[in-house]
Amino acid sequence: MDTFLMFVKAFLVGGGICLIGQIIINFTHLTNGKLLVLFLIAGAVLEGFGLYGKLVEFAGAGASVPISGFGYALVRGAVLAAKQDGVYGALTGGLSACATGVSIAIISGYLVAVLFRPRTKKK
Amino acid sequence: MEAKSEITRENYKSYVFEKMPKSSHWKNMIWAFLIGGTICAIGQGFIELYSLWFNLQDASVLASGTLVFVAAVLTGFGVYDQIGRFAGAGSTIPITGFSNAVVSPALEFRAEGYVYGVGAKMFLVAGPVIVNGVTISVIVALITLIFGG
Repeated sequence: MDTFLMFVKAFLVGGGICLIGQIIINFTHLTNGKLLVLFLIAGAVLEGFGLYGKLVEFAGAGASVPISGFGYALVRGAVLAAKQDGVYGALTGGLSACATGVSIAIISGYLVAVLFRPRTKKK
Repeated sequence: MEAKSEITRENYKSYVFEKMPKSSHWKNMIWAFLIGGTICAIGQGFIELYSLWFNLQDASVLASGTLVFVAAVLTGFGVYDQIGRFAGAGSTIPITGFSNAVVSPALEFRAEGYVYGVGAKMFLVAGPVIVNGVTISVIVALITLIFGG
């Protein structure tokens, strides 16, 4: 039951975040890259105030899967490590918290680039 | 490829506008919500699965990693861009869109070699994301340190 509820919450919150993104695209014609950076910063700043973590607790993947969750993970990692190791932690914590995701993205990107043929873009 | 001889800035703009899918804002938004929500729900599925073996934090990281990998392969098959055509932000904002932004240029610029093609172009979009993300995380952490939050 709890599990089912988490799926519903993940769907609604995740969909809601994407909906906000689509509204921004519709009215500003922002490019995808800028949109990603915008949401990343939004997640990071919200976590700076300790808010995004509450959303992750509430909605699970609904908050951690959108790119704002990536910003959240960076800040959370950096702050946690800073509390332990001071300035050194502030410098290492963010990237090490996100190392798994970034490494998987890089490795699978490389693999796909080697194994697949580029598709001619349909106009 | 048939080259168009007289492409100027203006008629290129109108050409692009002409070719843009004319879907209404409402339709866009509904698709973004549905696809974005579905991707997150799938992510939740992986979290529940990995929670059987790992703690919640690790399960969450691995779930995102799984989505990144799946999206990379789907990008290779050209499927992800098909989804993106109607899902808009619904396929951009989730971590799978980040993966797509890494893989897509890597694949496209392979002809330029593995160093300056794949290796460099991979970070066309991921670069700005990581640069901004790391910078802001260090700043927030330093502020927390100074104010002892």
